[in-house]
Amino acid sequence: MIAAVDPAAARAGLVPGMTAAQGQALIPGLVVMEAREREDAVALSRLAAWCLRYAPLSAAAPPDGVWIDITGCAHLHGGERPLLRDLLSRLLARGHMARAAVADTPGAAHAMARYGAEDMTLVPPDGQREALAGLPLAALRLPATTLEGLRLMGIERIGALAALPRAPLVRRFGTQVLTRLEQAFGDAPEPIEPAFPPDMAQATLRFAEPLLTAEAFAAVIERLTASVCRELETAGLGARRLDLVFTRVDGRDQAIRIGTARATRDARHLTRLLRERLEQVDPGLGVETMRLLVARAEALGQTQTAARLAGEPEEPDIAPLIDRLANRLGVEKVYRVAPVESGVPERSVRAVPAGEPVSGGWPADLPRPVRLLDPPQPVEAMALLPDHPPLAFTWRRVRHRVRRADGPERIAGEWWKRNGEMRSVRDYFRVEDEAGHRFWLFRRGDGENGISGDMRWFLHGFF
Amino acid sequence: MFSFAGQKETIARLRDQIARIERDDGVPVHPVVPFGIAAIDDVLSGGLARGALHEVAGAGPDTEQGAAAAVFLAGLLARMDGPVLWVRPWPDLFAPVFPPGLADAGLHPSRIVFADAGKDVLAAMEEGLGHPGLAAVVGELSGGLSLVASRRLQLASGQSGVMAALLRRARIFDDPALSAPSAAVTRWRITVLPSAPPVPHAPSVPGLGAALWRLDLTRHRGGLTGSWIVEACDATGRLTLAANLADGPDQAGERRYA
Repeated sequence: MIAAVDPAAARAGLVPGMTAAQGQALIPGLVVMEAREREDAVALSRLAAWCLRYAPLSAAAPPDGVWIDITGCAHLHGGERPLLRDLLSRLLARGHMARAAVADTPGAAHAMARYGAEDMTLVPPDGQREALAGLPLAALRLPATTLEGLRLMGIERIGALAALPRAPLVRRFGTQVLTRLEQAFGDAPEPIEPAFPPDMAQATLRFAEPLLTAEAFAAVIERLTASVCRELETAGLGARRLDLVFTRVDGRDQAIRIGTARATRDARHLTRLLRERLEQVDPGLGVETMRLLVARAEALGQTQTAARLAGEPEEPDIAPLIDRLANRLGVEKVYRVAPVESGVPERSVRAVPAGEPVSGGWPADLPRPVRLLDPPQPVEAMALLPDHPPLAFTWRRVRHRVRRADGPERIAGEWWKRNGEMRSVRDYFRVEDEAGHRFWLFRRGDGENGISGDMRWFLHGFF
Repeated sequence: MFSFAGQKETIARLRDQIARIERDDGVPVHPVVPFGIAAIDDVLSGGLARGALHEVAGAGPDTEQGAAAAVFLAGLLARMDGPVLWVRPWPDLFAPVFPPGLADAGLHPSRIVFADAGKDVLAAMEEGLGHPGLAAVVGELSGGLSLVASRRLQLASGQSGVMAALLRRARIFDDPALSAPSAAVTRWRITVLPSAPPVPHAPSVPGLGAALWRLDLTRHRGGLTGSWIVEACDATGRLTLAANLADGPDQAGERRYA
């Protein structure tokens, strides 16, 4: 029996479920390898542990899936879509063919990832009913006999199944059909059994009485961070990413994840970051276990303390502020801007993580506007060719008469980067209108050769 | 019956009392950032207070007229030391600030941390103001600012000594949102004026000299207001009082009480 096929075999018409002999008859010289289920399972759980880089809760979903609970974590990767794209490209780089989906429930994500039209599906919140309606029943993880029975009844799509009266369905096929349907739609809970990285600093507290209030959580967080920070100190490490997992009385796990701009084991700072995220946690009927683990750590020496002991005036350290802002707004929303050596203005800046130092600068003798229009906006201008500034220009139906001007500053296309820019040229002028407003205008083209640009004028910024 | 002079005296005394009450709220006094122009520094009693909220705006719709306000602020920050948090509403309604332009006014990119805060500009600013390692927190704000929100910023700034600066971005001419009262200590309006020829004795030489601005200190809590005509920031953020204004207003003549 064929258990899995590679893309080439799939193109040749092989599908899992055929017998090996059938396959060999179809394609002479077919390479057949023994399926090793035990090793597959081990590899899958290793992959699930690798996926902890994205979120604190992930679990293998045999035979071929991994569940990642990205609740509250997507912003650390720039949103759900960038997270999926990153996940798929990294998996591809590791040699895995993969499809991915995000949905409110594990069941819906499972279905969309396997039976959705795209390699990458984002089901909007509460959108699983509509998203699943058109999928085949096989997406619901039902046994083959049930599927066959439903098919004989003429039910092939999930939408048709959901429309059926429930009671006869349960009498005919048992409760499993209903459970799977409700799990996919989010009407029934489906806890996932999370994988934990083995050798990271962590601390766990179990409570005899389930905890419910934010104050109680805050107190526990303080104890957990203190214990984890002691562990980090012994190991000479600092945390870059921390996961706090809440196990509720009903067995469901919830997690919050925080990241830091620089390795740290400052318990107060970490406690504060975690507490700010507490509002994301729904305690349900109560939380019986809280586990704090360091998902990513980096070496951290004793420098912090040494500097303070010497009593030297410290360089203001704004890393804690960066962490708190990143925690609140998202990591990619807090950044510095570093110079890039490029004559083209819009390419001369690059966002870098806020924790990184920025060095260098832009040439001081080339004035640049303080506000830049991106993209440049076309204006109607009157100018003498080839190298005179415009006499007047019209932008947003307002005509500005140019009183003073400076230029041109010629900026050539970067032909070594882009073929299309081989001959293209922009001539920039700084102009001042009669009221004193200063604008940055450019003409596409050198004013003489048509190949350098179409001679149209654009407004690019304000001084 | 008060005489006119008597009234004035009484009002001055009351203002003085109010100023003392306003300052005597347990908020430590922080040093100031001087402009290096005696006429302005006198009005501000030495310079712009660090632990306080300041508002800066252009003279009209921000797209064309707000650039000078941003340069003015960059120049002010260039004359301070230490990191700056620059909070932007993202996606930006107008053209976003361009760091090379800020660097031209002396504010180097290595000193700025940007935060795209969407609608939470004020909350992000407050977070930054709680961090004494910063020199200043800048927030770009289009639309209104409630008295309560401005009071919060002023308090946070007063406690940490980190300067709070709001770059108010008008949507229309005479945006009413910008003239509403706030707890800011100063409020500045930067209006561009036609600049002088780059070579004064040869006006026909083409080119572009230093930009000319009118600075209006339209509000100054517990102090004088004023109006000055200056040449825009140089590469270190310094302003210079415009010289030889043939028909400009008297530089010291427009003071009045706020």
